[in-house]
Amino acid sequence: MSRGAIVAGVLAPHPPHLVYAENPPQNEPRAECGWEVLRWAYERCRANIKALKPDVLLVHSPHWPTYMGHHVLGLPHFKGLSVDPVFPHLFRYHYDCSIDVALSLELRDAMEAQGLKTAVVTNPDFRLDYGSIISLHLINPAWDLPVVLISANQAAFYYSNEIGTEVAQRLGQATRTAVEQSGKRAVLLASCSLSHRHFVHEPDIPEDMSYERIHHHGQYLWDMKVLDMMRRGQSKELLDIMPEFIEMATAEVKAGSLAWLLEALGVPTYAAEVHGYGTVIGTGNAVVEWNPSRTQGGQG
Amino acid sequence: MNTSLITKAYIVSGMPHILLAPERSAGWGRLRSAFEAIRADIDREEADLILYFSTQWLSILGYTFQADPRPEWVHVDQNWHELGSMPYQFTIDCDFAGAYAEAVAEMGYKTRLINYKGFPIDTGTIVAQKLLNPQNRLPAAMVSCNMYSEKEETTRLGQAAARALQRSGKKAIAVLVSSLSHRFHVEPLDPVHDRISSRKDEEWNRKILEMLAAGQVENVAQTVREFARQAHGDQKFKGMWWLNGLLGQSNDFEGKVYAYEAVWGTGATAVRLKPTHPVTATPFDPVAAREEGSQADLVEALTDFERSSRPPSPPTTPLSVPPPSTLPAPPFPDFEIVNPGSAEPVGNYPHARRYGDVLFLSGIGPRKPGSKEIPGVSFDADRRVVAYDIREQTRSVIENVKTILEHAGSSLEKVLDVQVFLTNMARDFPGYNEVYNQAFANIRPTRTTVEVGALPTPIAVEFKVIARP
Repeated sequence: MSRGAIVAGVLAPHPPHLVYAENPPQNEPRAECGWEVLRWAYERCRANIKALKPDVLLVHSPHWPTYMGHHVLGLPHFKGLSVDPVFPHLFRYHYDCSIDVALSLELRDAMEAQGLKTAVVTNPDFRLDYGSIISLHLINPAWDLPVVLISANQAAFYYSNEIGTEVAQRLGQATRTAVEQSGKRAVLLASCSLSHRHFVHEPDIPEDMSYERIHHHGQYLWDMKVLDMMRRGQSKELLDIMPEFIEMATAEVKAGSLAWLLEALGVPTYAAEVHGYGTVIGTGNAVVEWNPSRTQGGQG
Repeated sequence: MNTSLITKAYIVSGMPHILLAPERSAGWGRLRSAFEAIRADIDREEADLILYFSTQWLSILGYTFQADPRPEWVHVDQNWHELGSMPYQFTIDCDFAGAYAEAVAEMGYKTRLINYKGFPIDTGTIVAQKLLNPQNRLPAAMVSCNMYSEKEETTRLGQAAARALQRSGKKAIAVLVSSLSHRFHVEPLDPVHDRISSRKDEEWNRKILEMLAAGQVENVAQTVREFARQAHGDQKFKGMWWLNGLLGQSNDFEGKVYAYEAVWGTGATAVRLKPTHPVTATPFDPVAAREEGSQADLVEALTDFERSSRPPSPPTTPLSVPPPSTLPAPPFPDFEIVNPGSAEPVGNYPHARRYGDVLFLSGIGPRKPGSKEIPGVSFDADRRVVAYDIREQTRSVIENVKTILEHAGSSLEKVLDVQVFLTNMARDFPGYNEVYNQAFANIRPTRTTVEVGALPTPIAVEFKVIARP
């Protein structure tokens, strides 16, 4: 068996608004329009990922928070209805998802080798978190690839941003090891926004774009600083300032998704491709792709 | 006829271990038994609905209200999935949900009625509802916990529930689903050895439980911020503000702690609060609310630099202590009580001291606070007493005693013993005794009356009182 590889990584934010605005058959509510810049960014990224012909998608989502270690799914198939508890009027999505159980279990073993605690979901009634579902839909709406879902350990909330980032990096190392041992071509999805201060009011028409803007200027400055570092290939520097970014921009990366992704990618020094940036109820969201085959002619 | 809007209120943990795995730990089993005792208690109660506030149902855009008449699902907790599934079918009082949402909307908060198949009811509400109201004997009402709300807003959310009950002509059982301290163990744990995650959390939980056992809901609500800071309260323990708002912000309850145990490190409890006075609704004060604004608005205003985004005291009743295995005795009370609203002591002593379950008052005279005035005493230009009215002085002494007792969480009805000092027994006894009888004839504490040569200020009577707290 050949050595597996992480062929790309994507910062894949999960606002339910993006699925809502797209009107896919799986989602019950219907919209007129909305958040096109981000949705078109996803379209470009989606095409690139498809061209890589990956075997599996791995997603790390803040909306599967776990206190004791990281959890993965241990059953081959999950089907159900996901209703966003905050935006149920936007997201009621019927999912049908295949799980790469073998890779999930290899990841569990690799995590334990890293000293991380783990648990495996074997309850068939378990409902997948809406963050993972949204990112997976936006990257692969056909759902024709098996996936690995990874929960977000709450170390950053329990201890500190520094410890949370460190735990996420160890998870990233374990993920890299597991993928390499699996012999599979994997794409990683960090399912999170950047800055995450949001408005607490919503227009009567949720997709009324005249109300959409960043929550405040400081948040925007931080988002641009971080995106600029990604475009320059400054992953190590970004990891270094991650705790400060989390604190200053109330960033959703606090749950560890971005630190996990960067570490799993080997702390890339090549440029990431920012497909687009946009706000959703005031939060900063970017679709960003790390794809060495495009920027380096490398591993892809 | 019971005119109280709330017949009883409960505070229970929403950890799924109590529902799904009580056999794995003696502590979880005791919690399960406590829930079953509460269920029996609720079954005896005549109410129109059971009203839940769970810290596990979070909202960010105002408040959401369950309005699906028959929500049905098989729920699995995201963290504790290995414990098993929780199938449910609940009956919801949708009329009340609408009335409650309307009462909240009147205060200017965004509201949303939830009637979507598959909407995820939170683990805490499911655990409580399945254990406390398993047959849907009472229709349920459920309101969300706003992540950003602070004390005033959450208290008003509770007050709005009382107004909605009043308008609906309904009585409810209230259930707050919340842990006390909320730090989890983050390492694998044998449930047999489950324990509160730190000694500090343990101490704070017991402080809160002592107050709840004494029925001091308002006092607990005032303590929430510090408790949350010190013991990592569940969603800052803000559910207590909701409950306090709903219950009328008083300490007029009989408390009972059914159980207190650790569940994966968190402080899990089952507490009952029985109103000793009818719970009524508080009218909404739109002026005050407008002045205060909502916490969410405040956060937005403080951080939105560019433009608006928007379209246009000690226990009142003896502690009710569960068996030692579930709640070891709280720290022995021994502290001073000084009431800023009473006359200042003339020496270096407090107005009262609580020692255990007894309150000792210092000698209390008729002097009024903040002045040298002594009711019923006339002075000449050199401040020599020229006349005094023993009846008026005695009335003032009794009023002062009452004020101090109430400040200490007690009352005149709880007086056990009175020592009375008169400066002129022959002249003053009949007048003093007449006023004394008016106040104490039905209370009947033990009493001793003696004549003394003088008292520290130009007063003719002083009481020394011992009472129950």
